[in-house]
Amino acid sequence: MADRVAFRVNGKPCAPQVHPMRRLLDVLREDLQLTGTKEGCGEGECGACAVLIDGKLVDSCLVPVGQVSGHEVITIEGLASGSTLSSIQQAFVEHGGAQCGICTPGMILAARELLDRVPHPVEGEIREALAGNICRCTGYTRIFASVVRAIEIERGGA
Amino acid sequence: MRSDLAQFELVHAATVREACERLEAGYRPLAGGTDVMVMLSAGKLQQRRWVDVWGIDELRGIDVRPDSIALGSLTTYTDVRRHEILSREFPMLAQAASETGGIAIQNRGTLGGNIANASPAADSPPALLAYDAEVVLVSRTGTRRVPYASYHTGYKRTVAAPGEIIAQVVLPRSGERVHYYRKVGPRRAQAISKVCMAACAKMAGQRVASMRIALGGVAPTPVRAEEAERAIVAAEPLARVREALARAIAPIDDVRSTARYRRRVAENLLEELMGHVGLAS
Amino acid sequence: MSAIGQSVPRKEAHAKVTGRARYVDDVVLPGMIHGITVRSSCPRGRIRAIRFGEGIPWDEITVVTASDVPHNVVALINDDQPALADGVINHSEEPVVLLAHPSRALLERARAAVTIDVEPLPAVLTIEDALAKTAIAWGTDNVFKEYWIRKGDVDAAFARPDVIVIEGEYFTGAQEQLYIEPNGVIASVEGDGGVAVQGSLQCPYYVQKALMKLFDLPPERARVVQLETGGGFGGKEEYPSMIGVHAALLARKSGKPVKIIYDRAEDMAATTKRHPARTRERAAVTRDGRIVALDIDFVIDGGAYSTLSQVVLSRGCIHAAGPYDVDHVRVRARAVATNTPPHGAFRGFGAPQSLFALERHMDVIARRLGLTSDELRRRNFVRKGQTLATGQIVRDDIDMTALLDRALAASEWHARRKRFAEENARGGRVKRGMGLATFLHGTGFTGAGEKHLASIVAAEGLADGRVRVLASSTEIGQGTSTIFSQISADALGVGCDDIDVATPDTRDVPNSGPTVASRTCTIVGKLVESAAASVKAQLLASELLHEPYDAPAFRAACSRFVKERGPLRATAQYEQPKDVSWDEDEFRGDAYGAYSWAVYVAQVAVDATTYEARCEDFWALQEVGKVIHPLLAAGQIEGGVAQGIGWTLYENVVWKDGRMSNDRMTDYIVPTSVDVPPIHVLFEEKPYAYGPAGAKGIGELPMDGPAPAILNAIADATGVSLTRVPALPETIFEASRG
Repeated sequence: MADRVAFRVNGKPCAPQVHPMRRLLDVLREDLQLTGTKEGCGEGECGACAVLIDGKLVDSCLVPVGQVSGHEVITIEGLASGSTLSSIQQAFVEHGGAQCGICTPGMILAARELLDRVPHPVEGEIREALAGNICRCTGYTRIFASVVRAIEIERGGA
Repeated sequence: MRSDLAQFELVHAATVREACERLEAGYRPLAGGTDVMVMLSAGKLQQRRWVDVWGIDELRGIDVRPDSIALGSLTTYTDVRRHEILSREFPMLAQAASETGGIAIQNRGTLGGNIANASPAADSPPALLAYDAEVVLVSRTGTRRVPYASYHTGYKRTVAAPGEIIAQVVLPRSGERVHYYRKVGPRRAQAISKVCMAACAKMAGQRVASMRIALGGVAPTPVRAEEAERAIVAAEPLARVREALARAIAPIDDVRSTARYRRRVAENLLEELMGHVGLAS
Repeated sequence: MSAIGQSVPRKEAHAKVTGRARYVDDVVLPGMIHGITVRSSCPRGRIRAIRFGEGIPWDEITVVTASDVPHNVVALINDDQPALADGVINHSEEPVVLLAHPSRALLERARAAVTIDVEPLPAVLTIEDALAKTAIAWGTDNVFKEYWIRKGDVDAAFARPDVIVIEGEYFTGAQEQLYIEPNGVIASVEGDGGVAVQGSLQCPYYVQKALMKLFDLPPERARVVQLETGGGFGGKEEYPSMIGVHAALLARKSGKPVKIIYDRAEDMAATTKRHPARTRERAAVTRDGRIVALDIDFVIDGGAYSTLSQVVLSRGCIHAAGPYDVDHVRVRARAVATNTPPHGAFRGFGAPQSLFALERHMDVIARRLGLTSDELRRRNFVRKGQTLATGQIVRDDIDMTALLDRALAASEWHARRKRFAEENARGGRVKRGMGLATFLHGTGFTGAGEKHLASIVAAEGLADGRVRVLASSTEIGQGTSTIFSQISADALGVGCDDIDVATPDTRDVPNSGPTVASRTCTIVGKLVESAAASVKAQLLASELLHEPYDAPAFRAACSRFVKERGPLRATAQYEQPKDVSWDEDEFRGDAYGAYSWAVYVAQVAVDATTYEARCEDFWALQEVGKVIHPLLAAGQIEGGVAQGIGWTLYENVVWKDGRMSNDRMTDYIVPTSVDVPPIHVLFEEKPYAYGPAGAKGIGELPMDGPAPAILNAIADATGVSLTRVPALPETIFEASRG
């Protein structure tokens, strides 16, 4: 069974011929060669596969690609502008938000969604926004500091 | 990813009618995928033929009416959390939604999917029970409303007939109530509940005039503790209420917790609830 | 301006935040097919038959069993573990058959269609059963290894009339490393009949050794390359040898590159975990709180094969008596076999287990004597010139009392405890308490281990004027490439951007030993410093460069040398410091070249309604010689503390018939961002002569403190004395009933 599923990824149209129940995660990684989105558990528990669909954070291992038809997907590859890092990415580099880096794409997208949704997130909101992204390396402290820094950058702070 | 997709079929339905036709033909509805896709990845999904209902607009929307609020079955946890009136009048449902998974799960998980999946440990069902929810089932032949309290008949068994889809969940609006919701899980976020209690009370001065107590994780289905409710209304002492509660639940040992722990915590939650409604022990 | 001591930009970070970093599952080779492992579901038995079911096109599938394996052993220390089970099963999830095919979906169906018909044998599943020899799982008596530490005269000390004897028994459970990237490798055959393996791994030379032994290959035909690795924590120290030889077997038989990636369930159930442990403490103490003698029985569960258990045992037993001055110590340490998937390396490597028992027992002792937790420790801390349990003389100028005082001040210990005591007394469902742990952690391999490793690092000038560092140390999140850049940049007098750190590829880099044992910065980093210094010396001797010089001048000289004179290269090899001596038979002497010292403090809230204990605040203070990169160093401590909190309060392996039954992240609970408290990290620096800029190891240290500090805090909050990790709500509930 294969359908042509037409959607947009990182601003560009694509229309792979795929089984509609294929996980969006696998279509991104295998058919579109966007390997920045990772598989950590296949259960929607770790968040390493997180992407944005129409601006909403979702676990792409849980999304059947057939449902993405007509929608906008943003992956980690869509955040940087050429060689210019986005504010969140820059903050992660400056503040040690990534150690092994495997959780980082999903974590950055979760932070992106938070910043798009909440104008001035407080600590509890930041921690809650990231609660679906498991990091085993950092203990979250540096990630938290990175998000705070990203908020400063975007809201016109220092 | 342990499943062979060649064995699976996913068709698309644009309307409720199309979906019902498919259900009659043996397909099952696929909404946000937060349960079904986990089983697919694990190679444990028995059902092979699925109808995608995610795009059916008729199943979306939160309709605020004078006497009730009707939630389309595709209402996500995020939708619940963001709806001001719903969150204000049914705070337990909003709290349950905020404690289900994390943001990514809340953006995709639906009330209809949660009810249809029929896990005894689900977070929203106790709140739905305590709020006297009704489930609206639609088929090609018509519509029927079932009190959610009668919806589950046993472990993973429901009254839904083949060809019926959950279209809405209807919550009767009520006056002032005291609400108590507590989910006890292994960690603070993204956790499957061990025990969950949702209770609401209508007060007449200091007295509890009517009570609803519902629990998750302590029986094959979400349950109401009706005897305990009556005991509270009758102002019986805590010990009697606790006994009544004990008779309503049948917790088990499983990979997540123990029967003894669940039982004791359910009793503790009851005590906390009683304090909450002004009936200190 | 020195790079060491500054948080220089991390080289690896850019690729990680853009999603460009390539981990093994991101790599696709031309003609590559997939591999899958068929495993036993029975913990022990004899294989009667392997049946290949109907409905599968077996002729399309590459099948490998034990009979296909030239030398069926995964080389490590004792070489007792087969790559594929041959006739007997010794643990659940033991690999029996390997399959390869282009279609992963077909492979999953094929895996389900293979039946391994096993005649079950009685299995040993617990430490108690192993010691009681209810069945023999290994050797003649289920004991992989036994060590004794003997200091002074323990029996005489216990017989003294002025001592009180205080006993306790402590347990720690298995812990899954849960790197977010599961194990994975790609193997391919080379034209010369050799094999090449690339993947997620910590120790390329371990995997090479395993390939060489299994296939009878020389090193130049067994190439191993480390790719970007999504977390290791020890879980990718020895295990990649197994998955590596598996992929190589399939690659050789199929003639195609083969990728094996475990999904989370397979990784959790089949690969190594932290060794469960049982520790019996007997302490002889005087009434005024002097610990006169410690008699410790330390047993770890190694699983079905010996793998690294004797080394875990060694570290665990050496750390068992902690940072105290005790005249009489006896430690009996045993690693036993059970029919469970072999346990393996996990950050801390035996020390978290034995230190948990000791530090929890210290509080039990304090309570018995009516002393405070901190006062008991003050009266027993070891000082410079005194000896540890192995007789090692403490050479560090360590003042544990001052460290303790600083930690207590930072955590507002006295004020908070007073406030909590008042609040707890007022009733209320949540009770709070504070707990502490004081400990040490040895850097590098034990005893003569580093001497045996004889690690080598190379440095070479490049045509563009930069210098390349070549070491087999892997970057697995801790920042290896960055600190090697800092160390060599300072040694050469250039900037970090003038340094290139080579990818760990056994074809190109010398064997600088495994990336384990908190040795990368101290041991290997020192060699990096030496090799870089030699390059500088060569350049100066050539007269192309003169002091003083700046970085551009260095680059110009280096470039010129390479272009005109030929290779500019230096190597440095480990030499044991002269003042270090260790007796492996008696387990006496200088166990480690250096120790880092620490005091950790936890604030915990226990909820009487749900019996949940929650760590609300945490202070980690450690003396580490020299902090090379403040951001990376703090990151190591924070991450280790979070793993320690997970082990203590959340992470429970549920065993059923010798198999992890909660083999999914839904049911194996690690802390999320809302569960981890603020972690306050404080450092002190007393330079170690043999570390680069004086640095000692820090990678594993943070695992040792959280468990005892948190359980001590729970006791402080509630009076409930727990002796087991994890302290789940169910455990706290049961303990508070009785």
